[in-house]
Amino acid sequence: MKKVFAIVLAAAMIAAMFAGCGSGSSADAGTIKVGMTGPLTGGAAVYGTAVEAGMKIAVEEINAAAGDSGLKIEFKSADDEHDGEKALNAYNTLKDWGMQFFAGCVTTAPCLSVAPQAVEDQVFMMTPSGSSEKIANTGSNIFQMCFTDPNQGANAALLVAEKEMATNIGIIYDSSDDYSKGLVDGFKTKGAELGLNIVCETSFTSDNKSDLSTQVTQCKDAGCDFVFLPFYATEAAQVLTYANKIGYEPTFFGCDGMDGVLTIDGFDTALAEGLVLMTPFNPDAEETQDFVSKYKDMMDGVVPNQFAADGYDVIYSIYNACVATGIDGTTSAADACAKLEEYFATYTFDGLTGSGMTWDAAGMISKVPAAVIIENGKYVAF
Amino acid sequence: MQIIQYLINGISIGSVYAIIALGYTMVYGIAKMLNFAHGDVIMVGAYISFCVTNYLGLPAIVSIIAAMAVCTVLGIIIEKLAYKPLRGTSSLAVLITAIGVSYFLQNAAQLIWGTAPKNFTSIVTFKPFSFADGALVITGEVIITIAASVLIMVGLTLFTGKTRMGKAMRAVSEDRDAAQLMGINVNQTISMTFAIGSALAAIAGVLLCSTVPTLQPTTGSMPGIRAFTAAVIGGIGSIPGAMLGGILLGIIETFSKKYISTEFSDAIVFAVLILILLVKPTGLLGKQVQEKV
Repeated sequence: MKKVFAIVLAAAMIAAMFAGCGSGSSADAGTIKVGMTGPLTGGAAVYGTAVEAGMKIAVEEINAAAGDSGLKIEFKSADDEHDGEKALNAYNTLKDWGMQFFAGCVTTAPCLSVAPQAVEDQVFMMTPSGSSEKIANTGSNIFQMCFTDPNQGANAALLVAEKEMATNIGIIYDSSDDYSKGLVDGFKTKGAELGLNIVCETSFTSDNKSDLSTQVTQCKDAGCDFVFLPFYATEAAQVLTYANKIGYEPTFFGCDGMDGVLTIDGFDTALAEGLVLMTPFNPDAEETQDFVSKYKDMMDGVVPNQFAADGYDVIYSIYNACVATGIDGTTSAADACAKLEEYFATYTFDGLTGSGMTWDAAGMISKVPAAVIIENGKYVAF
Repeated sequence: MQIIQYLINGISIGSVYAIIALGYTMVYGIAKMLNFAHGDVIMVGAYISFCVTNYLGLPAIVSIIAAMAVCTVLGIIIEKLAYKPLRGTSSLAVLITAIGVSYFLQNAAQLIWGTAPKNFTSIVTFKPFSFADGALVITGEVIITIAASVLIMVGLTLFTGKTRMGKAMRAVSEDRDAAQLMGINVNQTISMTFAIGSALAAIAGVLLCSTVPTLQPTTGSMPGIRAFTAAVIGGIGSIPGAMLGGILLGIIETFSKKYISTEFSDAIVFAVLILILLVKPTGLLGKQVQEKV
């Protein structure tokens, strides 16, 4: 009996293998295939699911209005759990599916593991939110939709100096995180040029970030009236809560990773009042309302963050470029890659995260940095 | 004044470690196993408390009782389903099972409550006390945490020393077979230990998240490991030892963050652990047990 069962199982497996082969590469001229990977489960899932939803909205819009050019998008997402190896596997699976453009990954570490393969395969890759400089520097066909970390850090320093926001600056950062370190490097280098007075610099690591009270107390003791927090919303909520408890009220300043601080479940948004953060996307601005309402419908009323908007922009930038260069579903990934690479050198793109965006030869984006201040629980342009 | 502030911060976080360490130490003392899922029971307790206050709008005290009730039941279920069938097998099998339970709880929490971190609303509502023009601030959480840990330790010491159940626990801990021969229901005693340990975990979860508000499925794992270290420093199996180890570890961690390096605080904590184990292999208050051949 067991033997029969085993044979049936084996037969089923072989059948499944052939089934997988058959449906592989059916190219339809009117449909381009875009794939993405991101952390759809696991600790970083909040970013992956946001990007995925933003991309899906863009794809739906494009397919609904495809009458103009006749070109549609077939979109497929895969989970990489914020893990380099899984991202590479997911990328290969997408390639077998017939992916022409790779709109991922979401987080930096998986980007760095997939990028060399994308260079080798000559697949056009644009990450919505992987912000390390190393990603774009991997090859000429790797592009970024978000600022690189040192670039954003420098922009932050520029803003602080221009608006004369600080006399004594404190910095708390995550020394185990490339994103956080990159921002601090950029901020300090530019800050030194501009004569910013940094009096306290303290850090934590991913292993001991569960208690940041010492770091906040250090900034308080050093007399900082301005604290730069180049990390994610979760830790920011912790810092803000503790600072409020001990009655410490400097100006807190965050970067794009802090986007989403207002939507943390259970967080008293009154604590974030007066917080300034660099973000290219403002969900309370008039021109983003259409996207915001679509996103809320899709995600049970959650307000989109910058990651969702980046995902949305990535799809549109690739799609518009394809229409302009005459790429369709039959163009091979490598041909499409060569065409887009050439096109992006002179491309100017307007999207949700800024207008007049351009890319340099390395594939890094240039756009106007924007900051918002939180007033009455809403983002207001700063 | 500064040094007192850091000392108080250290004692506060150390008291949370102490309460968690009490759970480790009790289960180890009686069931002779390392319950690595303990840290995740803390996380479940914090989530229950969060849901009761934020979604049902009930007062904090009700949420703590609910969290304790749920965790107690959870602890007993885990013991019955995962650990009891393995009683008598190698301790390695139990250890691996405990790690499996830990992963199970983390992933279940991810499914139920999602991966996005939640911000725990502190159960303490009174204002912090401020001395010397705000140079020294003692928050309500600090006072509640320290008071709770002292109360729990005294309560547990009395419980194991004076009550019938407590005496049964000590008997099982000393010699399980002999205890059984004396008419003690070993299974019931071990279940009771898990129930108490898990109820403590719920309290620890609420206090931990009141101090450090980030609540996510992995919230319990790092504090769990630190508390385990604390239990070993103090002498695993010893109730006052867990208390001493927890507070010591909290102070060492805070001081090394302040005066040495915020990045190497963990390394320093574990270096201290190694030093203590080199000098006193059973921990500070652990008893030397002669192995008989």
